[in-house]
Amino acid sequence: MAKMHVSTTINGEPEEFLCEPNETMLDVLRDRLNLTGSKEGCGSGDCGACSIMLNDTLVCSCLMLGAEAEGAEIKTIEGMADGLSLHPLQQKFLESAALQCGICTPGMLVAAKALLDENPDPTETEVRFWLAGNLCRCTGYDKIVRAVLDTAEEIRGKA
Amino acid sequence: MNKNKWIGERTIRPDGADKVTGRASFAADTTMPGMIWGSVLRSPHPHASIVNIDITKAASLPGVKAIVTAKDIVDFPFDTPAPLGIQDMRWMTRNVMAREKALFHGHPVAAVAATSEEIAAEACKLIEVNYEVLPWVIELEEAIKPNAPILHNILEFDGKPSNIAGTLEHKKGDIELGFQEADTIIERSFTTRPVHQGYIEPHACLVSVTADGKATIWSSSQGQFMVRAMTSMLTGIPQSDIRAIPAEIGGGFGGKTIIYLEPIATVLAQKSGHPVKMVMSREDVMRATGPTSGSMSKVKIGAKKDGTIVSVQGTFYLQAGCLPGSPIRGAAGCAFAPYDIPNVHSLGYDVVSNRSKVAAYRAPGAPIGAFAVESVLDEIAEEIGMDPLALRLKNAAREGTKAAHGPVYPRMGYAETLEAAIEHPHNKVALGNLQGRGVASGFWFNAGGESSAQVNVTEDGNVVVTTGHPDVGGSRASIANITAELLGIDYQRVSVLIGDTATIGYSNLTGGSRVLFASGMAVTDSTEKVIKSLRERAAIIWDIDPDAVTWEEGEARPAGANAGMFEPLSLEDIADRATETGGPIGAGAQLNTAGAEGGFATHICDVEVDIELGIVRILRYTSFQDVGRAVHPSYVEGQMQGGVAQGIGWALNEEYIYNKDGIVDNPGFLDYRMPVCSDLPMLDTVMIEIPNPKHPQGVRGVGEVPLVPPLAAIRNAIYNALGIRFYSLPMSPPVVLEALDISQAAE
Ligand code: FES
Ligand code: FES
Repeated sequence: MAKMHVSTTINGEPEEFLCEPNETMLDVLRDRLNLTGSKEGCGSGDCGACSIMLNDTLVCSCLMLGAEAEGAEIKTIEGMADGLSLHPLQQKFLESAALQCGICTPGMLVAAKALLDENPDPTETEVRFWLAGNLCRCTGYDKIVRAVLDTAEEIRGKA
Repeated sequence: MNKNKWIGERTIRPDGADKVTGRASFAADTTMPGMIWGSVLRSPHPHASIVNIDITKAASLPGVKAIVTAKDIVDFPFDTPAPLGIQDMRWMTRNVMAREKALFHGHPVAAVAATSEEIAAEACKLIEVNYEVLPWVIELEEAIKPNAPILHNILEFDGKPSNIAGTLEHKKGDIELGFQEADTIIERSFTTRPVHQGYIEPHACLVSVTADGKATIWSSSQGQFMVRAMTSMLTGIPQSDIRAIPAEIGGGFGGKTIIYLEPIATVLAQKSGHPVKMVMSREDVMRATGPTSGSMSKVKIGAKKDGTIVSVQGTFYLQAGCLPGSPIRGAAGCAFAPYDIPNVHSLGYDVVSNRSKVAAYRAPGAPIGAFAVESVLDEIAEEIGMDPLALRLKNAAREGTKAAHGPVYPRMGYAETLEAAIEHPHNKVALGNLQGRGVASGFWFNAGGESSAQVNVTEDGNVVVTTGHPDVGGSRASIANITAELLGIDYQRVSVLIGDTATIGYSNLTGGSRVLFASGMAVTDSTEKVIKSLRERAAIIWDIDPDAVTWEEGEARPAGANAGMFEPLSLEDIADRATETGGPIGAGAQLNTAGAEGGFATHICDVEVDIELGIVRILRYTSFQDVGRAVHPSYVEGQMQGGVAQGIGWALNEEYIYNKDGIVDNPGFLDYRMPVCSDLPMLDTVMIEIPNPKHPQGVRGVGEVPLVPPLAAIRNAIYNALGIRFYSLPMSPPVVLEALDISQAAE
């Protein structure tokens, strides 16, 4: 198969790559662009470890083709911190021990940020349903949900 | 922040920043120049003799660099035991690659390395395997029938070939005499289904072998030394020529205490001359790794009217998967361990069938035993009209109790977990219609064993600690807390690293809830040696006797007759003068630790049942646990919450569904339904700190016992809500609906 040429924007920087027509965006990120922060837990859209933003919509990058990135704005976990200064969610996850093994964490953070960008004052139930597509086997979600609610409150306090 | 008390502080983990920014390197994130990809051919049959394997076509596919079959993996003959830790290499070699027979659907039969993952997978399809399909057996009750297909002729029970691979028995007192004293005797049978550990990171590794035969392995495991030893045994490469580097591990829960890919990738790398990367798909993980055993058990408990338990008997059949080694010790040993009972008989059977070989899962076997025992206790409590927590407290094992599985307990806090539960507000919340409350307790042995550590003082007076245990849930933070506290320095001045097999001494697995217990001891021992050296150096500088120097609040102070004679020397001051006082400052320890002592927990669970849909919702959940000493409370709570969530999945939803061809029908997260965020409430925790008298910081393992009580706690809560007692797991919506129909029909 002839490779496709794709021009896109990743974490604010212009990026070009070649990929197979059937190659997923997750494989492009991990194997071609060395952006291994997005993880593959299932490859079938069921775990959320591969969560990224596609034009401000939360998607599973394992369910998206690399070719679909053409002309789009992609954001990954690698773009969440501002240089070495962490996003408030990242900082709160650390302070609240909202990660154990950390494999779900990149996807959780990308998904949680998408929620707070859309809804700065979510209820516990809203957080739980929003994150229902992000599996975590380590934490029982308790500290994750608390970290998201606490960050929302903190951001609102500053606004 | 400048303070010197760190044990019990909720510090930020040393590896945290990398994990929230996507920088942390897990096994599948590692690459090397010249790297190629490996893929595994798996058996399409649940049970078949392998007559012949023809690789000619596959080998001629462009891009294929190497092919491996069982011939390339070291054999351990069936009739000669080859133990390695809790595993036996006879079974491990056959699990890694099918030898005489394929023993389950998904069993590796051959593997290919090629220039791309796609070519490797394509080549696997070109390998021609001539199978002779055999009758197979999946379910436990079928596998123990007299006419069942036999997996291994060499395994005998009662003098005949059998799928019963072994037994384990604990006896105390005389149960028959004991039952004669009982006013109430209840005997019930239970079943549980195999469930997977469910770690989100699939198994992965990258292996490079150099022209002089030296192998380097990056992989995700619960023990780099286990990876080195098993790979060495299965490839014949000496351990000194294998360097196993622990990648960050994306969850294990026991499932990564054995290897699957590493020896295959090593041989592929040897044969091809390229570094080889292998990553399992989720489907591979579900079909061919883990899970923990399914079970059939029968438990009989006799008690007096006043609640005194006088005699107990338990029989536990556990599924081992296709090769021996189910956790009967955990089931038979832990089941009655929370109680002081004069007459105990507990018996476990290890049963093989055509499913993937089981691997450890958080307190292996113990949840199965506790499900049965804690369920029968609930019925006893009802029958004699006693509060179920009070019944447990009346019979609670205490300091000095001799357990049926052997030990005499030292000071421990089981009774305290019950007292805390009885008094807790959760226990007093009023329940509504279709809501119910259940309680259960649990025990896990915990483990000690070998651990190494090295503590080095840097030239600028900071500290680097290296241990040998993969960090599955924040152990680096706890190690830093201990080191900072002992040295009396700021936590930020301590870095904690995980060494690979070439850079730190032998350390046993991250498993058995042993890491902080054992490596905490090794780090304490090393740090104490460093402190001794710091005092000696201060003594040289001051020209006084080392015994006249104390180490307090992060500095050397002259003491005794010399008190106040010299300005104290800080760690920086002494590090700065290391060269003139004897050279580099550092110390290590290699220990074989003992005294881990068991962990006890009691859980209260409130449920609400949706009788239209059959869904059981967890309303409230509180776990009470004797945690010894919570060196880092957040990560102790995290262990408690994580175990409870896994227990909720096991109780309510998780199970493998096999089709009529002996093949798993739900090998993915969509149909193998683990709890998601919206399924759960907050999971409350009450840490009770009864320090382990045999550990310098009082540490007790905390990771495993949280998975022991939930199955029965939830089952007992459902009874309280509906008046229906379940004896099988999972209590999934269709099962609950059916039970509701039956009970309505009966009314
Ligand atoms: S890897 Fe994309 S959802 Fe699991
Ligand atoms: S922290 Fe391990 S899966 Fe979430």
